[in-house]
Amino acid sequence: MTDTSHKPPAPFERGLTPCPDCAEREVLIYPRFERLWHWSQAGSIVILMFTGLGMNGWHNLLSFEMAVRLHTLVALALLLLWVFATFWLMTTGNWKVFLPRVFGLFAVARYYAFGVFKGEHHPYQKSLAQRLNPLQAMAYAALKTVVFPLVWGTGLVYLTYNFWETLPNAPFWLELVANVHLAVAWIVAGFVILHIYLLTIGHSFREGVRPMIVGTETVALTPEQEAYLERHETWRLVD
Amino acid sequence: MRGYGIGAVGLAAIIGLCGALGAAAQDAAPQISESTTDHSKLKELQKDFASGPEVTEACLSCHTEAATQVKHSVHWKWEFESPSTGQILGKSNVVNSFCGNVASNEPRCTSCHTGYGWTDMSEPPPAEATAVDCLVCHDTSGQYTKLDSAAGHPPLEAKGKTITGADAWVVDLKKAAQSVGQPGRENCGSCHFYGGGGDNVKHGDLSSVLYHPSPEVDVHMSPDGENFTCSTCHHSDKHIFAGSRYDVHAMDPEGTGKPGQVRQDVATCESCHGNAPHKALSVTGTKLNDHVDRVACQTCHIPSFARGGVATKTGWDWSTAGRMDAAGKPVHEEGYVQGDGKALHTYLATKGDFEWGENVVPHYAWFNGQVNYTTTDEVIDPTGVVEINRIDGSPDDGRSRIWPFKRMEGRQAYDSGLNKLAYSNVWGPTTDTAFWTNFDWSKAIEAGMKAAGAEYSGQYGFVDTHMYWPITHMVAPAENALACRDCHAENGRLAGLSGFYMPGSRPLSWGALAGMLVFAMMAAGVMLHTVLRLITRGGKGGTTHD
Repeated sequence: MTDTSHKPPAPFERGLTPCPDCAEREVLIYPRFERLWHWSQAGSIVILMFTGLGMNGWHNLLSFEMAVRLHTLVALALLLLWVFATFWLMTTGNWKVFLPRVFGLFAVARYYAFGVFKGEHHPYQKSLAQRLNPLQAMAYAALKTVVFPLVWGTGLVYLTYNFWETLPNAPFWLELVANVHLAVAWIVAGFVILHIYLLTIGHSFREGVRPMIVGTETVALTPEQEAYLERHETWRLVD
Repeated sequence: MRGYGIGAVGLAAIIGLCGALGAAAQDAAPQISESTTDHSKLKELQKDFASGPEVTEACLSCHTEAATQVKHSVHWKWEFESPSTGQILGKSNVVNSFCGNVASNEPRCTSCHTGYGWTDMSEPPPAEATAVDCLVCHDTSGQYTKLDSAAGHPPLEAKGKTITGADAWVVDLKKAAQSVGQPGRENCGSCHFYGGGGDNVKHGDLSSVLYHPSPEVDVHMSPDGENFTCSTCHHSDKHIFAGSRYDVHAMDPEGTGKPGQVRQDVATCESCHGNAPHKALSVTGTKLNDHVDRVACQTCHIPSFARGGVATKTGWDWSTAGRMDAAGKPVHEEGYVQGDGKALHTYLATKGDFEWGENVVPHYAWFNGQVNYTTTDEVIDPTGVVEINRIDGSPDDGRSRIWPFKRMEGRQAYDSGLNKLAYSNVWGPTTDTAFWTNFDWSKAIEAGMKAAGAEYSGQYGFVDTHMYWPITHMVAPAENALACRDCHAENGRLAGLSGFYMPGSRPLSWGALAGMLVFAMMAAGVMLHTVLRLITRGGKGGTTHD
């Protein structure tokens, strides 16, 4: 077992060369918890952006008091969800899909920069183990290790101001924390736009969203993977 | 157990019924006085008093220490040594931006002294014990009053005006003496509601509306609310009252005190409401409780002052006083009608131009309780606005909170040779110097300076002034308190304050701008990509995917 784990994956497993003997099958890729996590997070981010804009005077659709209440409670709930999601990622080993990798990065970047305008096919073929293309993996890795921690970190420090307001220069630090929180919040908003836009590339928007709703997606399975699933995890195979 | 419970309920019902019957029976019986003394039965008070001091003499025959107690109070001395600055303040010393000063105007100003016959500010109040006026605070007959220009004496004939500006009536001193009790709001109000020469002129949050306020005007004093009198909060000890405008409890970390203790030493909100008065188990309540160390209760809970239909004077320009009409008569104009329908003067030849305000949004400032007065021995800069009193405090001193103030805008006389605030003699129907009689500033100021014992260069001018009055009365019901956004917004109520960061007040701060720039670049990239896809028809909606 330990021997095989050191063997580098075959190119098709990294999603870039067509797999000669693979079968395209519809397989459960996003289990129920992951979908719940995704949509709760999406809804939470929308509420957080809406209430955040309200607190900053961009709209008056709800009172400042209500905006603060919603923003605080939703943020705390989302943090709790992230605790569960992190636990789930770690225990299931799914965290590995977010590991950034260089192989194929250039091809995908080149596709978005040129190929897409020439009607080329997306160079990445999803596999059972690698549902994210290298660019996606890098983007999500950055989101999870830099952007999100910055936004919830500053948010918690901001929220708990009254516990540290006696520190020297507390108003200065509060201003810094608030500004970083605002800056990163705008970047998250940019991510959301990019995320939704990329769903329109390579397939229809509806096709892009569907897997995150029903959980299944068509991926290339090696005969071995197919045999394993047929034998042990038939619940993951739809057709 | 169950049977016992039912039995207990039945028993309780019977006891309750008996109690109700008992209460009904008691209603029919004569009321028992709360006090152990019915003053109308005292033989000392069975006489027709000829003057206020005669009544006081009768009072002191039993209450032997009362006059001594009163004589140690600010109410009597009109002098206050600031414990923090050492300044000698009090009505007998300071100059304000209303009628200016007491010196040389005594019988008019000391009409509200809690005594009789103080006619010279350069001397202490009269020494006799009988010069103390007991009735002004303790009369409950409602018909005791003081004349407006008789150094504190009550009207004994129906001539002149009273301290509230009403036509005087003959006061029945015997009836007043027999009625005495704890001070009610009418007692305090007859002077404190009329400071500065009229109803609500001076404070802004103390007006005749507080005799019978609606809960919306004052949730504590309203008969439909808590029905507090002034002394419910302003506790007294040996005739000295809690709650000083010269030395304010801007912050009260002691709160309600130790369990079981009822604090009687301060008039702060916290002494009843504690230091965490908002509902703790909610985001809003927790956040509001986080505010109390930085924001005074009054700031949110008194959204505006001069509510309930009586305006307060917000501007007074003495420099325009003295205008006469074609016939040589003093001009007067009534250009403001306040909420209760009463027309108010906006110009008087005797006093100059006035501005009035109702439902006034306060001026806000960091305040640690210390007020520094510009006394008449200080050199002022007449090119700017002179602050008659300066509110001390900062966000960094650890003992300040944001407080609401009435900011009085004045223009008043100063000694332009020595650059000092000037005293002026305005009242004096029979004198040659009083401005209200002869309209001559040079004589009025010279006489004022002389009476106050101040050096005078002989030259005078007028200078713009600001004077600050802490706002603490007219607390609104909780639902009428300020909303968060009144302050947490660009150009909110606290926009004039600095030295701290307030969430929501700067949506375009550097952090937001940096984030928005990145966001804009990402959005622009998406739009550019879309346009290029549409032009090249390359990635048209993924239909090429097979």
